[in-house]
Amino acid sequence: MPKIMKKKYIINIIAVAMVFLLLCLLFDTGLLGRKAAYFNGLVTIGMFYTIIVCSLNLLTGYMGEFSLGHAGFMSIGAYTSAIATTLISDHAELPNIVLYLLAIVIGGLAAAIVGVLVGIPALRLSGDYLCIVTVAVAEIVRVILSNFGIPAITGSATFGKSFAGIAKVSDYHYVFITMVICITVMYCYIRSRYGRALISIREDRIAAAASGINVTKTKVMTFTISAAFAGVAGAIYAHYITTLVPTYFNFSKSSEFLAIVILGGSGSMTGSIVAAPILSALPQLISYVFPEFASYRMLIYAIVLVVVMIFKPSGLFGGKEFSLPNLLLDRNYRKKKVSLDENKA
Amino acid sequence: MKQEDTPVLETKSLGIQFGGLKAVNDVNIEIYKGELIGLIGPNGAGKTTIFNLITGIYTPTTGSYLLCGERMNGLKTHQVVNAGIARTFQNIRLFKKMTVLDNVRVAFNKNMKANLLQSIFRTPYYWKEEADTTAKAMDLLKLFKLDGFADQYAENLPYGKQRLLEIARALATDMKLLLLDEPAAGMNPVETAELKESIKMLREKFGIPILLIEHDMSLVMSICERIYVLNFGEILASGTPDEIASNKDVIEAYLGKEDEGGEV
Repeated sequence: MPKIMKKKYIINIIAVAMVFLLLCLLFDTGLLGRKAAYFNGLVTIGMFYTIIVCSLNLLTGYMGEFSLGHAGFMSIGAYTSAIATTLISDHAELPNIVLYLLAIVIGGLAAAIVGVLVGIPALRLSGDYLCIVTVAVAEIVRVILSNFGIPAITGSATFGKSFAGIAKVSDYHYVFITMVICITVMYCYIRSRYGRALISIREDRIAAAASGINVTKTKVMTFTISAAFAGVAGAIYAHYITTLVPTYFNFSKSSEFLAIVILGGSGSMTGSIVAAPILSALPQLISYVFPEFASYRMLIYAIVLVVVMIFKPSGLFGGKEFSLPNLLLDRNYRKKKVSLDENKA
Repeated sequence: MKQEDTPVLETKSLGIQFGGLKAVNDVNIEIYKGELIGLIGPNGAGKTTIFNLITGIYTPTTGSYLLCGERMNGLKTHQVVNAGIARTFQNIRLFKKMTVLDNVRVAFNKNMKANLLQSIFRTPYYWKEEADTTAKAMDLLKLFKLDGFADQYAENLPYGKQRLLEIARALATDMKLLLLDEPAAGMNPVETAELKESIKMLREKFGIPILLIEHDMSLVMSICERIYVLNFGEILASGTPDEIASNKDVIEAYLGKEDEGGEV
């Protein structure tokens, strides 16, 4: 590892740790008093939004394909992990952290499997056609969930079309660490030879193939990784909200994720990391601060989108990354490391 | 013609038909080690189609082609590249929003071994391989005097340099045969001279055989050892530059028949 990278890693780790400590300070010491639970919720939601938006950014920004079906992958992760943990906790008393880890692993794996199955046939298409297929996949999942319901598998949860009584194990400490790991993994993926291959496909598919890149394999792999992280986000959601309703994972949820990616800047991880928490919290904050405007909160979304698209069509960060180490060490050197910015969460 | 046992590239009555149109028909080309072969012909003769056939973008409907004696029909483009045929494109196809360095590094991908987990967890092997690849890529860029642009986006390079970068990228795939599709198109005389030097340098340094499509006759005539002339998808003539220059059929294909008052 080059020396400069070691320095950068240390700076990033310190920055992430500081954000983490700040959150602990806010929520664990009772500084916010009775409001702590409310803001805690906003932050947790913001964090799983960050994961799913970054995973969608992998497709939109780096592969150059739109997916309007990420809510579908999220719901697969959410339901699978919820069923699994409910079953497991019926038979054995496990500590929260173990249950949480099981949930995100199972959720991620389930979504990844569906991602491969969908990706292999669907990625023969590109552009609008692929987009339509992803919409279809998400809708199929949603319709299946809302019509069949969850069979009664255990006594501790109530069943039917909604799924309640899921163990509440998504503690924000865990979620924060999960988010940092997810983002780091995705970032390293993009900066590796796989990421270079991926971006070359976005730039010119034929030239990429003529440079020896296996286009189909790279695309399916990325699609799978993206789906897996959507599944992880779903698992976190399920074990935070504790009640799942199929209609939550509808088309407008998918398009909301896509809107956040575009707004933050497609092809910029930092953009997603900044935009996701803000935009996920914005509607909540509006209804919290101005209860009388609560019903207009979706309108704010549209206004924010339109304004950004007019003044900065490439999104807030426009394909660029913000790097704290480079800011500190070298002003000229672009690139490097995402992490920071959770302070917006 | 040099006498070697197996040609690097051999096409055996290669052809492709789009509907009723025989775009390429019964083409036999042989390229031996170290040769620089020109492929010329009027617009629409099927030159680029032959390139697309050889690189697996199209699948031949008749005939076959062999690389060092290995049958290559039906391979996908990236498999053809991995087998050792690299190409450039008529209308430049660079990865515009990637740096010049990354454009070349992408092409090294096929020889890199770090797997997904090694890449994500950035093991020492990953760092070593990245450093090696970067060094190799920089060496290639230096050959074409592009090392000063390494950090710039490829789209910001001047036209002539973009052409050279495309050749550098093709070289990075570590090929046995290089296909150049009109490298001098749109270049000014200075850039063409530069390109000529680069091609000469390539042959001296790497000794790889090159198949060159080119409309710039002075360039083709001055550097190619043998030339194939293509017209309406078929080989019209082949031979040394002198033979081609005096060949009646070739002149006719380019300028039309004398008594008909010539349509090009």
